[in-house]
Amino acid sequence: MKNKFSLFVVVIFFSFCFVIFYKGLNAPNNYTPKVNEKKNIPTFKAKDFYSNNFVNSDKIFEENIFYIINIWASWCVPCRAEHPLLMRLSKNKSIKLIGLNYRDNLNNAKKFINELGNPYSQTIIDNDGTLSVEFGAYGVPETFIIDKDKKIIRKFIGPIDKQILEEIKSITK
Amino acid sequence: MLANQIGYYSLILGLLLSVLLCGVSIKDFNKTNKQINQNILSLSFLQLVFVIVSFLSLIISFINSDFSNETVFNNSHTTKPLFYKISGTWGNHEGSLLLWLLVLTLFIFLFLIKSREQPKKYRILTLLFQQIIIIGFFLFVLMTSNPFNYLFPTPNEGLGLNPILQDPALAIHPPILYLGYVGTSIIFSSSLAAVTQNYILKQWGQHIKKWVLVSWIFLTIGIMLGSIWAYYELGWGGFWFWDPVENVSLMPWLTLTALLHCVVVLERRAALTSWVVILSITTFTLSMCGTFLVRSGILNSVHTFANDPARGIFILIFLFALIVLSLGIFFTFHKENNKSSNNFFWLSRETSILINNWFMMYFLSVVLIGTVYPIFLDVISSEKISVGPPFYQKLIVPFLIPFLLFMSLGPRLKWIKSKIENKNSLIITFIISVMLTFFIIKNLTADLLFYTVLISAAFFLFFTTLKELFIKKFNNISQTVSHFGLSLLILSILFNNILSSEIITNIKIGERYDYNKGEIFFKKIEERKESNFNSIIASFEIKNKNGKTIELKPEIRIYNQPIIITSEADIRTTLLEDKFLVMNLVKGNEYFNIRYQVKPFMVWIWISVLLLSLGGLMSLFKRKI
Repeated sequence: MKNKFSLFVVVIFFSFCFVIFYKGLNAPNNYTPKVNEKKNIPTFKAKDFYSNNFVNSDKIFEENIFYIINIWASWCVPCRAEHPLLMRLSKNKSIKLIGLNYRDNLNNAKKFINELGNPYSQTIIDNDGTLSVEFGAYGVPETFIIDKDKKIIRKFIGPIDKQILEEIKSITK
Repeated sequence: MLANQIGYYSLILGLLLSVLLCGVSIKDFNKTNKQINQNILSLSFLQLVFVIVSFLSLIISFINSDFSNETVFNNSHTTKPLFYKISGTWGNHEGSLLLWLLVLTLFIFLFLIKSREQPKKYRILTLLFQQIIIIGFFLFVLMTSNPFNYLFPTPNEGLGLNPILQDPALAIHPPILYLGYVGTSIIFSSSLAAVTQNYILKQWGQHIKKWVLVSWIFLTIGIMLGSIWAYYELGWGGFWFWDPVENVSLMPWLTLTALLHCVVVLERRAALTSWVVILSITTFTLSMCGTFLVRSGILNSVHTFANDPARGIFILIFLFALIVLSLGIFFTFHKENNKSSNNFFWLSRETSILINNWFMMYFLSVVLIGTVYPIFLDVISSEKISVGPPFYQKLIVPFLIPFLLFMSLGPRLKWIKSKIENKNSLIITFIISVMLTFFIIKNLTADLLFYTVLISAAFFLFFTTLKELFIKKFNNISQTVSHFGLSLLILSILFNNILSSEIITNIKIGERYDYNKGEIFFKKIEERKESNFNSIIASFEIKNKNGKTIELKPEIRIYNQPIIITSEADIRTTLLEDKFLVMNLVKGNEYFNIRYQVKPFMVWIWISVLLLSLGGLMSLFKRKI
């Protein structure tokens, strides 16, 4: 009796598996990476660069405008190169620049800002690099454009140049 | 051309021989002669020869770059070095199935030779079950994945082999892994045969143990080779990614390991018979399931050669037919014989092996769920998720603690009834392990308590087995070596995880990059041309804080056929640590993205896996006590 029952259970179980696998075969199975699709920005909590208080992500992105997130570090040489362009971009009133200070020494970072100017309306600290990973960054510098729906619509790997600057300007118009 | 024809017709002849073999065996089954009909052996040999001929013809087509063969056209190219032309034979779906067939027929032939002392009916039934599998695969190859499809007009050039498969480790990884994977088919067939003959006895245990060991050794080494390949070729700097394909090779390994332990009980005590049968069935089913998952295209990975649903459906139906067959046989014929042998005291070797089994089953279910759950979810709710390393780590790592502790104690127990001896020395060893661990890792990690306990458990096993190696030199040395290997493996993995460091940055030529422990200097790049790829070789000088400089030369290869860019890591291996540097192109930029990793004890991971399988090898060649 017990034997029959376990046989029954086993048969049901395997039939179920069979059906699932059979259906799975016919389903499309190409996981194309969603590069072009708009991705929501992650919700997070991070330390503010100056006040050292925790801030929430929805607080940072509360206004209904375009945001630019720039991942930077004082030790990163290309960041130094792109900084003047960021300064120029910060004059644009229709966008807000958010700096993400990546795995950096706070003193060095402050020196860097004092020396080259502060283009960011707010800077947050990413000490262990996890926040950058959540944004989908590979390294520093990287720059993301976030639209009014709070979605990442474009990302630039490496330092921005004049051409990218123009592109950012035309997107955020 | 000719090779093509020969290969194809050999396959058909092989299939016909299968049918013939079944007929002859059934006829011989009820005859009263003691030994099996000599013709069966000859036919089985002939079948093996035909499959070998077929396989060789495919190799010859690959060597000659005969593009009138569709498989060669799809997977080879005239500019490829000879070595990769040959290894390309099994680097694709059709060829690798031919390899399956080769191993299937090879193993049944060897089985027939090696099992002369076994009962005749049992041998014939094993042959029959194995032929069912073989026929299934012949049909599969001929109907859905013929390696000898003819192309006309003959193309001038082939499409080439995926560059990441053009690698020495990957040339030998499939054959070795297959010997293990497909070797489990013999265990499957013979345990079904033994169940129907009510022959799950000590003698059978002794006889099947060799086959379990052979499969286990090959599977272990095969998995390791794949892992080594992934480590240096895929450029992620890790050795195990919980990728579905890795998981499907790990699952049969787990059940096979459990089976190995059960068989040890069986050959001594004729107990745990249900476990043995179920595990034999499960192991082969999981191997087949692995083939299904990676070959049907239901999962996406480097091993998915073709997304042809017809193939998937064939394997799926075949797989479930085998499951139904084996379950039917199990429920109809299996009786728990010899009740007395199932009586053992709670503290005994048998119990410890049962505990081991349950741990293996737990690990198996975690891996199984992590692998197939995304498929189930996708079908039921069309939601796509991917299950990553954190899932496996969270569920497996904590359970390693009791597992390791039991493993240190279990082998010390005696059969039937036991008590723990040398309690004091065990306690002292344990205290030493805890203290040692604490001093090593107190400054290293935030999660001190957890890691102390975990690493202590690993050290405990390490020391107890080490002691065993020196004290009881020849008493069950094979088991001690394997267990010692496992403790070393876990220790290496843990320290590797805790102590690894990584730097990712973008850098251009002539630039220096300072990090807190040293400096990376991007000296120059050189270009080089090979017949099948062009490469950019960078040279980096890495200075650590002691002022010691090493030079690493990672490479970016641009393969011509098919056009694919790959990154080749440069790895400096020493006994203590690996230094790993890989670079990638950053699009439209003079910057290169580099990833520099220092990975301690990497080489010990490979050494310990070798020790693990060495234990198996020693057991295989051990003289009977």
